[in-house]
Amino acid sequence: MFEAILLTVMTAATPLVIAAMGELVAERSGVLNLGVEGMMIMGAVCAFATAHMTGSPYLGVLAGIGGGALFSLLFGFLTLTLVTNQVATGLALTILGLGVSGQLGESFVGLAGTKLQPITIPVLSDIPFIGRVLFAQDLIFYLSIALIIGVNWFLFKSRTGLKMRAIGDNHGSAHALGINVVRTRYLAVLFGGACAGLAGAQLSLVYTPQWVENMSAGRGWIALALVVFASWRPWRILAGGYLFGAVTIGQLHAQAFGVGIPSQFLSALPYAATIVVLVIISHNRRTTLINTPASLGKPFVPDR
Amino acid sequence: MRIELERRARASTAFAAISPLLALVLTLFFGGLMFWLMGKDPVATLHTFFIEPLFDVWSLHELVIKAAPLILIAVGLAICFRSNNWNIGAEGQFTMGAITGSILPVLMPEWHSPLLLPAMLIMGILGGALYAGVPALLKTRFNTNEILTSLMLVYIAQLFLDWLVRGPWRDPQGYNFPKTISFAPEAILPELLDSGRAHWAAVFAIVAAVALWFMMRFMLKGFEVSVLGQAERAGRFAGFSSKKMVWFALMLSGGLAGLAGISEVSGSIGHLQPSISPGYGFTAIIVAFLGRLNPIGIIASGLVLALTYLGGEAAQLSIGISDKVSRVFQGLLLFFVLSCDTLILYRIRLVFSGNKTEAGA
Repeated sequence: MFEAILLTVMTAATPLVIAAMGELVAERSGVLNLGVEGMMIMGAVCAFATAHMTGSPYLGVLAGIGGGALFSLLFGFLTLTLVTNQVATGLALTILGLGVSGQLGESFVGLAGTKLQPITIPVLSDIPFIGRVLFAQDLIFYLSIALIIGVNWFLFKSRTGLKMRAIGDNHGSAHALGINVVRTRYLAVLFGGACAGLAGAQLSLVYTPQWVENMSAGRGWIALALVVFASWRPWRILAGGYLFGAVTIGQLHAQAFGVGIPSQFLSALPYAATIVVLVIISHNRRTTLINTPASLGKPFVPDR
Repeated sequence: MRIELERRARASTAFAAISPLLALVLTLFFGGLMFWLMGKDPVATLHTFFIEPLFDVWSLHELVIKAAPLILIAVGLAICFRSNNWNIGAEGQFTMGAITGSILPVLMPEWHSPLLLPAMLIMGILGGALYAGVPALLKTRFNTNEILTSLMLVYIAQLFLDWLVRGPWRDPQGYNFPKTISFAPEAILPELLDSGRAHWAAVFAIVAAVALWFMMRFMLKGFEVSVLGQAERAGRFAGFSSKKMVWFALMLSGGLAGLAGISEVSGSIGHLQPSISPGYGFTAIIVAFLGRLNPIGIIASGLVLALTYLGGEAAQLSIGISDKVSRVFQGLLLFFVLSCDTLILYRIRLVFSGNKTEAGA
């Protein structure tokens, strides 16, 4: 019983962790992309459609990543090349993504999906409990863990990561040092889009293998909140993601048991929890100021 | 090839006027392209979408009905965005306003009085404003980002409404449909003309737009909004309080969204049900930007966006295209508006050589 609950928590947490990791990288480079929800839903629809038409969920995963990344380029072009307002452009990306995905997915509504099957790692999966929980998962779960380790190494141990953090903290100085601010930010935005797309693919191939309009249901926004919650540090995203996964699954189980609380109140819990967590994290102005990338959301036009 | 921006010496007034129109033309072009790719005749489809609704009395009324909430919400958001406060939860404030405004007609159906309607509208405004007060409180008191909190509150408000109409407020004689009792005639916002359904919300929208235009143009409060939005530090030196501005901007936009909510329920629907808005609160963000955050411009852009809703319905009926196309149009439009606004502050140059060579270096 406990194992089953833990497994569902992990499935609910994985898309949040992946999308938040992508956004964390983008924000570390100084770009605030509020379009996570839109990129995620684009990833979900691309993944579902490809998996349905080719029969291969792995091609679906690739399509999800590609769909999210391509869609994020639109945001990159506007905010980085045309220097538009990042908040407004991110909202536009979300609105457009929800519209386009609804349009693309219309013929897929109600069709049975292709579920991404777990990959059982030999030997390791024979360990009691831990083996079945950690080493008999689907590809996307393994990717989510690899992402955290990889991003953590990249940001804090690699030279390029250091440069990227420098851009996020002061793009003017980074530019003066000869670092290509716009190019790095393009790559960071693309990475964020690819991650959001992968998270979307997880939703339509693993979490609920079908296509439902607006199936991301605010998860992109929760991922944005997770980045703040994690104070822009990769490992804390893991903790936050699983916390939210637990709240989501906990309320579903409570609904199933019928605890006497209206189901709508339980469904609202993840959203209310997001607000509470944001308040707790941000109430200390000084630590918020220290953690936030200093040039986050500020426009940059290179002087020539 | 590379795109370079060169800052203009001063903001171009010509492009400030042209850019929304340019964005519209680009949206129509790409929309036509989309229809063509879907195998439809682009000109005929665009005609059904954007021209036909304008030549029919019934659809003109529908246009006004859909434009009114968009304009009401968007003028509030424009003030909010100009003061650099990002309320994106207007959809939630709309829902909350609809709920609080409906308390009287749902719980006291036997109270028939000419005071009923004004009381409902005031309660709707208060509900929306107080709901927007939550992110304001969290921002001023706990330094919490208002974008995320206001958005999360949208989901909570919608679930709350869902619970009300399925639970305690459900019409006992409603055959188990998730809806409240129908409002009494005294609780219905009257129609403006005999020729159709358009109701008083349109008047509220125009009054709000003109009043806020006047405030921004001639009153100290408007100046305060602009200064704090563009240079918070400068505003503080002038003695303006940015905390009070957060409260003012959020409660103003929330109140107007709440008014839009109760007007929609009272004027167009006549009862509460789980879904009362086709995303007005989010579309109003596009309306605000297309109107260049200017209340008078927003009247025009509200009508344009209302037309996309109407065109979507028309296209669904006559050509068999899904009405989701209107969402695509709305998203495209916002993208083009934002891109075209770049032209106001910058000159765009295409550079074809790999590197710029400096003369005489």
